[in-house]
Amino acid sequence: MRDIGNSTAIQNMLHHFKVSTDDLQKVISEALSKGGDYADLFFEHTFSNNISLRDGEVNRASSNIDYGVGIRVVIGDQTGYAYVENTRLDDMLRAARTAAGIANMPKEQNPINVTPLTFNNYYKIRKEWPDVSVEDKKRFVQQLNDRVFDLDRRVVKASVSLTDSTSYVLFFNSQGVLSSDYRPMGILAVSCTMEQNGSLESGYASRAYRKGFEFLTLHLIETLAHEAVAQTSLMFEAIKPKGGEMPVVMGAGGSGILLHEAIGHAFEADFNRKNVSIFSDQLGKQVCNPHINVVDDGTVENARGAINVDDEGVAGQKTYIVKDGVLESYLHDRISARHYGVQSTGNGRRQSFRYTPLPRMRVTYMESGNVPEEDMIKSVEYGVYVDNFTNGQVQIGAGDFTFFVKSGYLIEKGKLTQPIKDINIIGNGPQALADITMVGNNLKIDEGAWTCGKDGQSVPVGQGLPSVLVSKLTVGGE
Amino acid sequence: MIENKHKEIARWAMEFALKNGCNASRVSVVTGQNNSIEYRNTQLDKLQQSSENKLFIEFFVNGRYGSFSTNRIEKAELEMSIKNGIASTRFLAEDIFRQLPHSDRYYKATKDDDLDLFDASYYDYTIDQKLDLARATVEEVYQTDSRIVSVMASFDDGCGSEYFVASNGFEGESRDSAFSLTAEVALKTESDARPESYWYDSRVYFSDLQKSGIAKKALGRAIRKIGQKKIKSGRYTMLLDNTVSLRLFAPLVSAMYGSALQQKSSFLINRLGQQVVSDKLTVIDDPHIHRAFGSRWFDGEGVATKRQTIINKGVLDMYFIDTYHSLKMNTEPTISSPSVISAELGTRNFTELLQSLNKGIWITGFNGGNTNSTTGDFSFGIEGYLVENGVATQPVSEMNITGNMLQLWQNLMEIGCDPRDNSSWRFPSMVFDDINFSGL
Repeated sequence: MRDIGNSTAIQNMLHHFKVSTDDLQKVISEALSKGGDYADLFFEHTFSNNISLRDGEVNRASSNIDYGVGIRVVIGDQTGYAYVENTRLDDMLRAARTAAGIANMPKEQNPINVTPLTFNNYYKIRKEWPDVSVEDKKRFVQQLNDRVFDLDRRVVKASVSLTDSTSYVLFFNSQGVLSSDYRPMGILAVSCTMEQNGSLESGYASRAYRKGFEFLTLHLIETLAHEAVAQTSLMFEAIKPKGGEMPVVMGAGGSGILLHEAIGHAFEADFNRKNVSIFSDQLGKQVCNPHINVVDDGTVENARGAINVDDEGVAGQKTYIVKDGVLESYLHDRISARHYGVQSTGNGRRQSFRYTPLPRMRVTYMESGNVPEEDMIKSVEYGVYVDNFTNGQVQIGAGDFTFFVKSGYLIEKGKLTQPIKDINIIGNGPQALADITMVGNNLKIDEGAWTCGKDGQSVPVGQGLPSVLVSKLTVGGE
Repeated sequence: MIENKHKEIARWAMEFALKNGCNASRVSVVTGQNNSIEYRNTQLDKLQQSSENKLFIEFFVNGRYGSFSTNRIEKAELEMSIKNGIASTRFLAEDIFRQLPHSDRYYKATKDDDLDLFDASYYDYTIDQKLDLARATVEEVYQTDSRIVSVMASFDDGCGSEYFVASNGFEGESRDSAFSLTAEVALKTESDARPESYWYDSRVYFSDLQKSGIAKKALGRAIRKIGQKKIKSGRYTMLLDNTVSLRLFAPLVSAMYGSALQQKSSFLINRLGQQVVSDKLTVIDDPHIHRAFGSRWFDGEGVATKRQTIINKGVLDMYFIDTYHSLKMNTEPTISSPSVISAELGTRNFTELLQSLNKGIWITGFNGGNTNSTTGDFSFGIEGYLVENGVATQPVSEMNITGNMLQLWQNLMEIGCDPRDNSSWRFPSMVFDDINFSGL
């Protein structure tokens, strides 16, 4: 079993990057030579692989290697950043001098006491991806394709993609924090197109976890094949509802996109530090029903959004954003934590060594309430039930958020009736949060391949929700 | 910047792949440099500098296809990676359509070819100059209005170059630069909402970049948003702003790719030569415009680009078919993707279009949404203004437009004459009839 979260792991990672703690101290010292008050180094070596199937054959493979170190210098809220694509001491020192340019008051550096960080491992794996051959992966991809065609004669096309990645990460900062992490990821996705009476419809299903090869099972293949085919079948029956304001029942699971877009981004502390979020003045205030608790959690085992340690050397943790309806905490990186005089919540994340860390979500969900989903549906005279989404977006200042509904159902007189598809739903974050009138007893964390984009950086995330009733959102339609 | 060492490693990697089992191979080496400065309110917020290299290699092994990319461009490591990549490719199913383009289709460089895509003064501009520009942009508006809570200006520049070789005789090189200046302004009003907006310019040459007025424009756009609200649902005439008009054209382009057509996930299958949209729409791909983003002599396969009509008075004139999909679909190849696309212009400018609108909604921004690539059904969040008797009377937001792409473009009534020329997609303001808006 690989060492993770302890001193041995750190020693292994120093060896992996061919650097010593003396080297790290020299680079930090250079980074702070012009007067910065904080500096950190983020080493990353990522291997990623993809195999894909089209027209019944696994006929494409690609791999990528990315390697480098990012050097950041902070003075107050200001950031200097540079990176190099090797770990040679001379090149790292040169990049450190570039990043140091954010400050201009030369000063002497005191030696740093190195403190290895220990933490829990939330992504224990059995078989590491680098030990798996293309041949071993290929059979699962082929099986998924074959199952999709077996399940429905209307299937005319299927495509399957399997992506795995493994990142080796080493972090050191001017406070002496030294940490390392080993981050696996597996993503399996299938899409299919079906033809019925001359019409075509497509559907999609995916799963993503911080797991090794054990992630691929016959059960997973069966689940994804059924999901993709069922979703595509539904599309032939589905209509677009008449648009306008109406009650929306968000089904458990992927509906966590409501939290992610409606409030999650607006709670990221950089937006609030800059005073541009609609929630900038709301900390400590009642923002919704007192039965509502919203969490952003890096400790959900093997989840796509789980992090043992964030990209600023802060251990993975669970953070209540909303507790009993009160805005409890923003999501902090080190810069915003210092600005607000609190501890970082471990949300400092980045796409890769090429980017500065920012406050980012991990796995965002609402804790369960006590209302059965059927009671919510019964309470709606006319509205929609939605549970399958592709993407969302938010305007931080205005608070307007949207999410695109791939499929769902009309609710008429308290019952699910006609399937619906391809509509956008739009609302305003604080208002939508206040308009959640019922919280279900069925929290489900969605396990799809969700990726969050912000400031040009993508990071893997997760989301979940028990079924909730939002009394009023604007539903697209005809 | 591509140096001889990059060319040597690209040629070496290709030869090494051929010696170790590939029947054919294609390699590109890309180098780039980027600088970014962000100035917020009264201080420098972020200074970032970077440079990078990347090698991308494709393996064609007895009818099988794989690829590998890395930023570890050292021979010893590349040798191992290339051997591993070829070994992995051998495990794949045979795909006889994976071939390099016929060499007749390749771009052949001549000495006169220069699209003027690189500012030779790129390295002369100092950090201080760039910082001064970002600061001056913020100072255009900072503290000029009590409602301002944040002004951010960013100056970004980058240059990149690529060297590209294929084993059946292609060799090509390209180089470009880009400079951009962006301002973002957020306001605090009586409500908790913070209306925000942005403006930017982006150019190949620093000397062409708009250096003043960017923040003023962003502030003006933010102020105009104050009081946004949703209005009654219904079918309205839609005036689409030139800053966002490409958003509604993008799904049409996606549906023209060989990959979407072959996988039956396109709503333009079997529509070549047919009237698919309004006869008011003609769209051209012109890859050889000097100093234009997107201009290029060859595509991602090395195939020579040329001026082509994509849509001619509403008739679909071409698909984007690369070598692989042309063989797979048994059709003639065209080009793998468009370069610089623009609509044939009308005669009236934005103001004239606005004034001609009795009642409608002028869309200035999109908020999320998506298009079903198989059916063309779409639904997007929008913001903009209610227009009554030729005047924008009420800022609107939190609304959706919903419909089908082909029907939407059938409803095109008029094309303006005001495209922004700082993008590779150049679409003017446009007016569409009878669009479904959801609001109250």
